[in-house]
Amino acid sequence: MSDSPAWAGSPLTEPEDFDIEVNGEHHVVTCRRDTPVLYALRGDLGLKGTRFGCGLGQCGACFVLFDGHPTPSCDLPVWAAAGHSIVTVEGLATDGRPSRLQRAFTEEQAAQCGYCMSGILISATALLQQEPDPDEARVREALDRNLCRCGSHGRVVRAVLKAAKMETP
Amino acid sequence: MSAGGQSTSGTQPLLSARLEITADGFVNVFVGKVELGQGILTAFAQIAAEELDVALDRVRVFGATTARGPDEGTTSGSRSVMHAGVALRQACAEARARLLEAAASQANVPLGVLCVRDGQILDEHAQPRATYWQFAGTGLLERPASGDAKPKYPGDYTVVGRDAARLDLPDKFAGRPRFIQDLSMPGQLFGRVVRPPAPGACLNALDELAARSISTVVAVVRDGSFLGVVATREDDAVRAAELLRRHASWTEPPTLPDQRAMAEHLKSQPVEDLALARIVDESAHADVAKAIERSYRRPYVAHASIAPGCGVARWEGDGRLTVWTHSQGIFPLRSAIAAACAMEEASVVVHHVEGAGCYGHNSADDAAFDAVLLARAVPGRPVQVVWSRDDEFAWEPYGSAMVVDLRVEVDHRGDIVRWRHDVWGGGHHARPGYADIPGLLGDFEANEAVMAPAEDPSFANGAGNGRNAVPAYRIRDLDVNAHRTLTMPIRTSSLRALGATLNVFAIESVMDELAEAAGVDQVDYRVRQLPDERARAVVRAAADLAGWVHRPAGESLGWGIAYARYKNSCAHCAVVACVEAVSEVRVRQLFVAVDAGQVINPDGLANQIEGGATQAASWAVKEAVTFDRHAITSRDWESYPILRFTEAPTVTVRLLPLQHEPPLGVGECAAGPVTAAIANALHDAIGVRVRDLPLTPDRIDAAIRNA
Ligand code: FES
Ligand code: FES
Repeated sequence: MSDSPAWAGSPLTEPEDFDIEVNGEHHVVTCRRDTPVLYALRGDLGLKGTRFGCGLGQCGACFVLFDGHPTPSCDLPVWAAAGHSIVTVEGLATDGRPSRLQRAFTEEQAAQCGYCMSGILISATALLQQEPDPDEARVREALDRNLCRCGSHGRVVRAVLKAAKMETP
Repeated sequence: MSAGGQSTSGTQPLLSARLEITADGFVNVFVGKVELGQGILTAFAQIAAEELDVALDRVRVFGATTARGPDEGTTSGSRSVMHAGVALRQACAEARARLLEAAASQANVPLGVLCVRDGQILDEHAQPRATYWQFAGTGLLERPASGDAKPKYPGDYTVVGRDAARLDLPDKFAGRPRFIQDLSMPGQLFGRVVRPPAPGACLNALDELAARSISTVVAVVRDGSFLGVVATREDDAVRAAELLRRHASWTEPPTLPDQRAMAEHLKSQPVEDLALARIVDESAHADVAKAIERSYRRPYVAHASIAPGCGVARWEGDGRLTVWTHSQGIFPLRSAIAAACAMEEASVVVHHVEGAGCYGHNSADDAAFDAVLLARAVPGRPVQVVWSRDDEFAWEPYGSAMVVDLRVEVDHRGDIVRWRHDVWGGGHHARPGYADIPGLLGDFEANEAVMAPAEDPSFANGAGNGRNAVPAYRIRDLDVNAHRTLTMPIRTSSLRALGATLNVFAIESVMDELAEAAGVDQVDYRVRQLPDERARAVVRAAADLAGWVHRPAGESLGWGIAYARYKNSCAHCAVVACVEAVSEVRVRQLFVAVDAGQVINPDGLANQIEGGATQAASWAVKEAVTFDRHAITSRDWESYPILRFTEAPTVTVRLLPLQHEPPLGVGECAAGPVTAAIANALHDAIGVRVRDLPLTPDRIDAAIRNA
């Protein structure tokens, strides 16, 4: 009946060192090989911006850019991340300057509690990298794997469309 | 910070309990209400900036804590600005008066010539004579509120009533630590709880060996049927909990009702009756031309916060306890924890830390108590507990399943003559301390105790099952009753809007039928029956906003309207819904008009209303907790789907500007009208009425077949 993630019940392995690239920097984390990247980010690297929402790959709260693709970090074992690039919400700003999406989200006040927003910003970043000028339907499709329980959908869509029109990244 | 609080002489709180001036040019504001994603901290900052005449960015609003106060109970029911905001405004007005008096006597000028600009105290020649900041630490605000200062005239407002950017959002968009899940304290450990497989299940046997074989596990805690584990790594706590689960055996009696017969179940239980309204008009029956009887239902609905519950606790060596929580009520939680642990309240400190949106009483308090029980095994070290998604869906207290029976009689013009409304449901209040018990999940489990049935808030507090059961329309003979069930096979408590969602759905669905039968436009019919001018204005405003008169008709397109005044005493709200429906209903647009009296932060309020409307749309078309005779079966986002980005409606909000009226609670006002407007629009689109929520394809299908 209960819905627990597969890794939690898989045979225990000893901790190992893994070299993972996060926001352009290399880090060595020591953990069991099937540990989800989410826990390595939040626990070992202290990057708390990536959020736990379900641990089941269903909600999008834990999304990171994995080689540029929005990917649930709760469902990504650390062994599979070694040798790839990971970008978290903390990596979206440049030299401390918020990205155009982060600025547009602030301008549109596009959140209630904001817990889902790290993952949504990750999905939106990937979208604008691939499609610089999406229409509303495309924005909604691109965010469809991200849940927002507070109902901030309308403002988020507006903010993404606004960011697409901004000059500076 | 000084330990401001109650004055020694009486019960009147000191001004310093609510605010403090600092030497470096800030105003620290202390509130007992908590940020839930509704923007309350920003609204409070605006109120303080306005009354004190300082720039908004000089105001810092501190999270609530029992260590300091003020005690403002629970943050719920859309009352924060109505009550706490008014108290803060008064305190700030008094603080300003005391500061000006002190400045006048110090500068030896008449009080009347002084004014304030961003904390600078100026004389009639605009010459600076003093600043607020120089009075920091002088004890000026260490005095009881006297109620003698008059707050500003609303017409003079320059901060309140204007859009202000939320103070908490920059952190949240940058991914900076801000949520309780992000707390990271020295020596912090990670706890996980293994919940029973089903309500009423008891732990029989347990083999801890496998879990304990994980080297990072520092404690396994078993107390009755409460079971959990503490580890130095969070991922290992998850692993250990899973191993414990696999090595635990439980007795699981079937305790749940038949989901397919919930209405019958609710109506067959022992109940507590509450008469909500009774007007007797003996002459009415002579005018009755026609009667209709209808029945409406809703299922159990989950809060389903995007973040599973989280709590942190640390037992100090001397037996004192510190707790960090995203609870809506830190003071009641403190009392409940103290009672469950048989200790003095004074030995427990509870701090609020922001969490994800909760929408009522969800797992927050229970997660805090889980942390308390686990941390007891590791004194001196903070333990952070995070619930699993599975537990969040299976164990949070839901908004109760409910049923409404309506009988309405109209005269030959179609106007209402007699109205009888009966509503049945589980209680809507099981917050910590209810029924004079702690009411915390872990405490029930540890004691293997049967949960006391949830209560309902009093009629004065807006009732529970009876919330919004009394229609706002002109009715000659009226009889409205609520029946709270006294059994609770499935745990229920407060979910946004409580009983209002189903009651308004019922009332406004029937109003739609009556208008149709009378051959009158839906808007005109409602306006004709509404005695309150503000109610009529809000209905007209929603219709205007939606372009009701010129609404396009189209294949499978439908439009519906609904109105309610939340709790019959808070904000007036009318909603027009536009849906597309064939076999399923897609909510395209919601137009929401709200009269909330005075508004502190219009954009913040619109944001809240948009969110509440979208969530209500999700309840209306998708959501139902499912269960078999043993256990809850909707335990993840696939078995409990909510509206997604491609499905969420566009929401347009219009606030009626009434700054001179007192603020009316507004947060939850849209839930009922949104639900009913969608159902009415569905009828407009395909000609059938679905009276059973949610409006899923199979229910629509059944309604078509029965039509
Ligand atoms: S937490 Fe990873 S998808 Fe929900
Ligand atoms: S803003 Fe709260 S879940 Fe999206």
